[in-house]
Amino acid sequence: MPVPDGPRVAHSTVTETPVITTSGLTKVYESRGRQVTALDGVDLHVREGEVFGVIGQSGAGKSSLIRCVNLLERPTSGTVTVDGVDLTALAGKGRRAGKDLRRARSSIGMVFQHFNLLSSRTVKDNIELPLEILGVSGTERSRRALELLDLVGLADKAKSYPGQLSGGQKQRVGIARALAGNPKVLLSDEATSALDPETTRSILQLLRDLNRQLGLTVLLITHEMDVVKTICDSAALMQHGRVVESGTVGELLATPGSQLAAELFPVSGAPTGPDRTVVDVTFHGEAATQPVISQLSRTYNIDISILGAAMDTVGGKQIGRMRIELPGRYEDNVVPVGFLREQGLQVELVEDEDTVQDIAHVLVKEGAK
Amino acid sequence: MTWSEMQPLLEQGTVDTLYMVLWATVVTIAGGLPLGILLVLTDKGGLLQNRPVNKVVGAIVNVGRSLPFIILLIALIPFTTFVVGTFIGPTAMIVPLAIGAIPFFARLVETAIREVDHGLVEAVQAMGGGIPTIVRKVLLPQALPSLISAVTTTVIVLIGYSAMAGAVGGEGLGSKAVTYGYQRFDTTFMLVTVVVLVLIVTVVQLIGDGVVRLLARRGRTA
Repeated sequence: MPVPDGPRVAHSTVTETPVITTSGLTKVYESRGRQVTALDGVDLHVREGEVFGVIGQSGAGKSSLIRCVNLLERPTSGTVTVDGVDLTALAGKGRRAGKDLRRARSSIGMVFQHFNLLSSRTVKDNIELPLEILGVSGTERSRRALELLDLVGLADKAKSYPGQLSGGQKQRVGIARALAGNPKVLLSDEATSALDPETTRSILQLLRDLNRQLGLTVLLITHEMDVVKTICDSAALMQHGRVVESGTVGELLATPGSQLAAELFPVSGAPTGPDRTVVDVTFHGEAATQPVISQLSRTYNIDISILGAAMDTVGGKQIGRMRIELPGRYEDNVVPVGFLREQGLQVELVEDEDTVQDIAHVLVKEGAK
Repeated sequence: MTWSEMQPLLEQGTVDTLYMVLWATVVTIAGGLPLGILLVLTDKGGLLQNRPVNKVVGAIVNVGRSLPFIILLIALIPFTTFVVGTFIGPTAMIVPLAIGAIPFFARLVETAIREVDHGLVEAVQAMGGGIPTIVRKVLLPQALPSLISAVTTTVIVLIGYSAMAGAVGGEGLGSKAVTYGYQRFDTTFMLVTVVVLVLIVTVVQLIGDGVVRLLARRGRTA
């Protein structure tokens, strides 16, 4: 497995080339004469080399979405393009997947919530399965499987059966298997939802490493905001079969009132007394490298309290949000707020604590199915 | 009857019974396995969903299962004569035995294959595997322990059927029990035959269970 030398810069693998594009994707299920719309005109653009997270509650349609990307589920209408190939055109009319669609699928890796490993095969044979389907010779299969096991850190488990592995190890095997055919794209269907928090972190780390090392594009769906926080370059929020917000983490932060930004960078804190101004300052882009808060304090000789902050440093830039409190009413603070805006920061007045809390609770998580 | 008189009869009977059951099992697996797979694949939501085929095959299997074997045995006489050239003797008995057991075995296969986690099928579909791949590499290997149990049960049913076949011109232990035990009122011989049948059934069950346990120990059913 080639690993690029030299220092790796964050986001270095992301290019502007779209590798997964869905347009007008609609899925309607028919059950006992009733129609249920799972996907309602979904347009998704996943760029090459990024980790893209789709988050939503159970029943929001995210599972249907990811299964439509490799056409395990036939969309009712709309198109799916993966790596320049229009999969919906390959699908044909019948229920059965034709030869062309099957070949296209073999270049899309997929990992599952419940791992879906064959208990009748050893770990190594599980990884060889996609290669058997591709018609790779026995010695080559064996070589590749061992290489992949090494990559996911399970070199000593080749001869074990899945039943003898822990959940995290099983998912590592699932990931190795998904990578066997050298896919450009990896689909992750709630891959960490059946795992404990610590194992979840290690699996996410592995996905992140693979994304960076191999330039692998990852489309994942999850109901856990932590997953998006940990590894996603971009995210989309799904509700009732629609994508209601979508963009890079930076773009989401720059969107006033973004639910995803509020969840990714949660800030809270109430004014410490009357006649105080509470504002949320959003850091993103070039301006975020300056020590603006201390500059503000010195320039206007005011005391600033930081009530809460959710900041991250990505690629040497600070991104995130901070809730600060300035003395005096808002009218008295027009100039300092103007200063912050001049620095390229986004400033929003926090008027009512309750509304902020409401937004934060919109995404209350549900357990995995 | 003395023991020395019984011995050749028992030996011949056992050999004939094993011969009939063995070949009937081979034919039953050859016929019942594809039928069972077909029932699963053509079912609603199956990979080859096809209502008409599913209904027709299902109906044939149901009719086959509800016919009492003794009736089937007699009804099949012309067919058996057509296939084998005669309807008497151990070789001729293989035909009705297999035809009687195929629907039974097909249903067991159907149940065994239905138990395979659909997620595994999806995983292989996502890899670009077609239906033959799914059947060969997922459904059959994953259902193997259940399929072995199904074969064991079927062999035991066939042993029972083969004893019945003795009444209609077949050979084997059943036929010996009827001729010497029942018609000549030789209770001792009757009992000895029953003991031999019980022994055969027990051995078959032990072998079947042993194989299943062996597969389980390899981590298959974990």
